[in-house]
Amino acid sequence: MEKRVQFRAPLLPWLLIAPQVLVISVFFFWPAAQALLQSFQIEDAFGISTQWVGMENFNRLWNDASYLTSFKTTAIFSLLVAVLGIGLSLMLAIFADRVIKGAMFYKTMLIVPYAVAPAVAGVLWIFMFSPSLGVVSYGLGKLGIDWNHLLNGSHAMTLIVMAAVWKQISYNFLFFLAGLQSIPKSLIEAAAIDGAKAWRRFWTIQFPLLSPTTFFLLVINMIYAFFDTFAIVDATTHGGPGQATSILVYKVYYDGFKAMDLGGSAAQSVVLMTIVIALTVVQFQFIEKKVNY
Amino acid sequence: MVERSPFLTFLGHAIMILGVIVVAFPIYLAFVASTHTAQEIVQAPMPMLPGSNMWETYRKALVGGGYGAGSTAPVAHMMWVSLVTALVITFGKIAISLLSAFAIVYFRFPFKNFFFWAIFVTLMLPVEVRIGPTYKVVSDLGMLNTYAGLTIPLIASATATFLFRQFFMSVPDELAEAARMDGASPLRFFIDILIPLSKTSIAALFVIQFIYGWNQYLWPLLATTSEKMYPVVVGIKMMVAGGDSQNEWNVVMATALLAMLPPALVVMLMQKWFVKGLVDTEK
Repeated sequence: MEKRVQFRAPLLPWLLIAPQVLVISVFFFWPAAQALLQSFQIEDAFGISTQWVGMENFNRLWNDASYLTSFKTTAIFSLLVAVLGIGLSLMLAIFADRVIKGAMFYKTMLIVPYAVAPAVAGVLWIFMFSPSLGVVSYGLGKLGIDWNHLLNGSHAMTLIVMAAVWKQISYNFLFFLAGLQSIPKSLIEAAAIDGAKAWRRFWTIQFPLLSPTTFFLLVINMIYAFFDTFAIVDATTHGGPGQATSILVYKVYYDGFKAMDLGGSAAQSVVLMTIVIALTVVQFQFIEKKVNY
Repeated sequence: MVERSPFLTFLGHAIMILGVIVVAFPIYLAFVASTHTAQEIVQAPMPMLPGSNMWETYRKALVGGGYGAGSTAPVAHMMWVSLVTALVITFGKIAISLLSAFAIVYFRFPFKNFFFWAIFVTLMLPVEVRIGPTYKVVSDLGMLNTYAGLTIPLIASATATFLFRQFFMSVPDELAEAARMDGASPLRFFIDILIPLSKTSIAALFVIQFIYGWNQYLWPLLATTSEKMYPVVVGIKMMVAGGDSQNEWNVVMATALLAMLPPALVVMLMQKWFVKGLVDTEK
């Protein structure tokens, strides 16, 4: 796609594009290339000598039980976040689309978590669920549940899923609401005249017409759960107890900056890059096709 | 609405109110905690209604110097660091993206497609996946603990360029034609016609990028080692340390509220542009 009208100037376009190209070369392509290079090297503990090792870093990863566990943890975590987040916000959006009085108030309240930083969200949630002084854990104790995310792996996982979903509801909600409002009213009215009740209208008209939005959100939520939740994990569980909540991004950070295994961390970066690129390609392919009924 | 059904209307409100309560509860609790003394909170269950220690708590948070086990640096300074960082990221990104989108849409020049793709590949890889090497570049350039180090690596992404490109493509060709016939230079066209037309997109991006910049965590965590350069989002994490009773939770919660106040205000006050920008950028 190109504009019919184009300006001609020998130097100007280069000058215009230069700042962005400079920034992305220095802070994007150069580091990405370095990550690729490092993933084939091993550096000694003092950073003096590096050695070319081919695929060894990757082989080490595939044979590392803790890395495979982390993969599984990430898969469970992102699936839970995506499915719960999308389900809850779809329900909220359906009803928000329906109510007339107070709609603005509900909407404003529901988008506030978008503004809350993931790290701050994490701090809010550990405060509620702290085993010794949290309000919610106290309530759970009264119900006979001994909540302790510091010792119990599945409690810790539940905690980060809840915090991550809480933070993401606003985003999903806004997209579903926009999607619902773009469905022509005449379709719904026609179905109502034909005698379809609200429940049936939702499943036969609104839900199918929302499918592009739903799919888009599925990909976005997976990417969110993979990467943007680092701060939630770091602020709440530090990947623990044990390895229970050590998702892939957390492990890249931990191995690279705490355990100082640069080669291993770089190899993990490369794996992560491949995953994002794959997800993005799926998303683009899908947008090209624009599934519609 | 299609049919009147008192039951569905009631259900709708019930679900919305429930949703709002669940969403707002953590924030309400933080507010309550910030109005009590640390001792009052440590007793489980903590009080559920606001107390009388509010001014004292916020004063302590803003000027620092509590007795908590973690960091007790003044939050006022962290807020300042966050504000500068967020604004530099926002305006930096908007400025360089406006320029490069203009070049890509309105000019024909060698390697244009190459640059186009080079810029858009960056959409795919968030800073989280390349932290190690980016950290090394920034430290080699001596930019650790500086505002430049905090902001420029985060400017290196193409979200804004993408949005402006989409918008410029939708601007009628006749405008550029007319400007050219009247003898306007490309830059004059850009400044007098294109930028005023892009106002809404710029406002929308402002909201999204401001929140993005303000809420950054992993990068500032790596790029800063001195308390003086912590943004508030990193600072609050540093306050939480040790066992539950060693933290001054009232001060931590006051900090949490202070940390979410500026982005929340921006979202609420600029809601219209924010929603438009969000839905447009991603599509």
